[in-house]
Amino acid sequence: MSFVTVSFFLGIVGLTLVVTYIASKRTSSASDFYTAGGGLKGWQNGFAIAGDYLSAAAFLGVSGAIALTGFDGFFFSVGYVVANLVLLYIIAEPMRNLGRYTLADMLTARFNEKRVRGAAAFGTIVIVILYMIAQLVGAGALIKLLFGIDYWLAVLIVGIMMTTYVLFGGMTATSWVQIIKAGLLLFGTGLLAVLVFAQFDFSIMNMFDTIANDHGEEYLVPGMKYTSTLDSVSMMMALVLGTSGLPHILMRFFTVKDAKTARSSIKWTTWITTIFFSMTIFLGLGALHLVGVDSIMAESSAGNTAAPLLAEFLGGDVLMSFISAVAFATILAVVSGLVLTGASAISHDIYGEIIKDGKLTQKQQVLAARIGSISIAVISIFLALFAQSLNVSFLVSFAFSIGASANLPVILYTIYWRGFNSTGAVAVILTGVISSLILGVMGPNFWSPVEGAAIFVGDPLVNLAVPAIITIPLGFLVGYLASVLSAKKHNVAQNNVIYNEIRVKAHTGISVQDSSH
Amino acid sequence: MKNDNDSFKPKEWTSKNYSEIEQMEKFNHFVRKKNRFLFSVTGAFLIFYILLPILAFTPVLEQKVIGNITGVWIYSAALFIMTVVLCTIYIRKANSFDKQAAQVIAEYESRGENK
Repeated sequence: MSFVTVSFFLGIVGLTLVVTYIASKRTSSASDFYTAGGGLKGWQNGFAIAGDYLSAAAFLGVSGAIALTGFDGFFFSVGYVVANLVLLYIIAEPMRNLGRYTLADMLTARFNEKRVRGAAAFGTIVIVILYMIAQLVGAGALIKLLFGIDYWLAVLIVGIMMTTYVLFGGMTATSWVQIIKAGLLLFGTGLLAVLVFAQFDFSIMNMFDTIANDHGEEYLVPGMKYTSTLDSVSMMMALVLGTSGLPHILMRFFTVKDAKTARSSIKWTTWITTIFFSMTIFLGLGALHLVGVDSIMAESSAGNTAAPLLAEFLGGDVLMSFISAVAFATILAVVSGLVLTGASAISHDIYGEIIKDGKLTQKQQVLAARIGSISIAVISIFLALFAQSLNVSFLVSFAFSIGASANLPVILYTIYWRGFNSTGAVAVILTGVISSLILGVMGPNFWSPVEGAAIFVGDPLVNLAVPAIITIPLGFLVGYLASVLSAKKHNVAQNNVIYNEIRVKAHTGISVQDSSH
Repeated sequence: MKNDNDSFKPKEWTSKNYSEIEQMEKFNHFVRKKNRFLFSVTGAFLIFYILLPILAFTPVLEQKVIGNITGVWIYSAALFIMTVVLCTIYIRKANSFDKQAAQVIAEYESRGENK
């Protein structure tokens, strides 16, 4: 580690700790802890949501994937960008209008039953843990590469940092860490993209010609990584629909005061992510041409260091240190958001509302939230330490699949369908979570006839890397059937009255204007 | 806690109020129109989007369009542009939805005062 690297690294750590210190003074109630008191501005929340989107997998993974597999790597970029529209058009505003701290709060606004809350909290915890292990294992490996420290130490440093932010600064600190990181990331990738573009004389035609002539035309068409249409369609469905079902993203809509601000948040996120993912083309193709496949593969076979290596080529040690520090900040920010979301499910939903019937004082709630945060952090760190030797990046795709097949259908039915009931709600969530996990475990990420290519040796029973194309329609279908078949067991008149309220609140936002702050 | 800056000051809202609003012709007209817009646009962009991985492995998008730039890149760029355009359209449309929602509430409240 050079002096410059250490300076940037400590700069990021110092800045985020100052933010946490300031935030800790504003964190006294449960609402402060989980939602920053609902006081974020549109642009702030927009940057923070963009921060959630732009995980290390998106920043380092996508540019590396484009460098190694050409257009196939760019599929992800398209998925993440279009996902903004699903959030904006059908999720963000009703979510803000109906919820309080968690997804479960929003669902129980309509179905005030513990089993609905329990199912939603279960789904959230599964997604958070899967996502977190993938992030932490990736973080450990990456920090080891970038800074040359041991894997276990790297995981531990990230673990301690994320716990510190959440424990003391709650959602305020987590949001600001996200905002700072998103700003730095946008600046860093923008700089790299311009420097790459200059190498191609600022001509897109020249860039594509150079890639085709020097490296082969196969980089400019799909097929280097993905060959099956069905597999790609399934993955793309999970990306575009799963984003709207990820609990750490849904939770961000409660950090703003009303639907109008939720809307403006996504406007910011859309612009930021569209600009960012456009730049991944320059980063990816730039790394391919300027660094070369052999040098990238020598450091990491998944291409995760393509962007830092590109930075080293273009701007020497200083730029590489800066980009590495930004990557570190990215990891910290995303895992902090996950810890907070996991804590909300454990401490607010399960402990506070289910076990204690919502009868905790503000002080008890904040204490419970802090204990929940530590628990989630400790469990994740342990799992990440054990999973060191496994390639677990596919767990992120499991999380997207569950988001799309469990959370998205239950949210849509709750807002838009009068005939939906609590039996249907529980059925959707359980079906989405369990079918995604089972089909995932039977798939090619777990089973491969080639030894070492997957966790077990053997033929996969389901030949889909991401099972979303089966599990999403299944989630919707089971929710529909369970509601229709159990309709007689439910009090239809009472359901109607509650749905009237939900419908008015979702479409007018009157409850939020009326009752909060 | 009530927000004193609100333009309308509802009394204690009960499920009776909500059900009354839900029965209003004006409210249902507004929600129907809003949902029709939201879901038809969502359906359209999802179809346009999912055609990318379907067409990506066919000659349609694999051939070169301009120089060495192939159809998949052009199609992806179109999806990016679509995203920011539809985002802008939504924001504009949503402002008019806000006004309509406010009108519904205002009509309900004035009705309440007359009773």
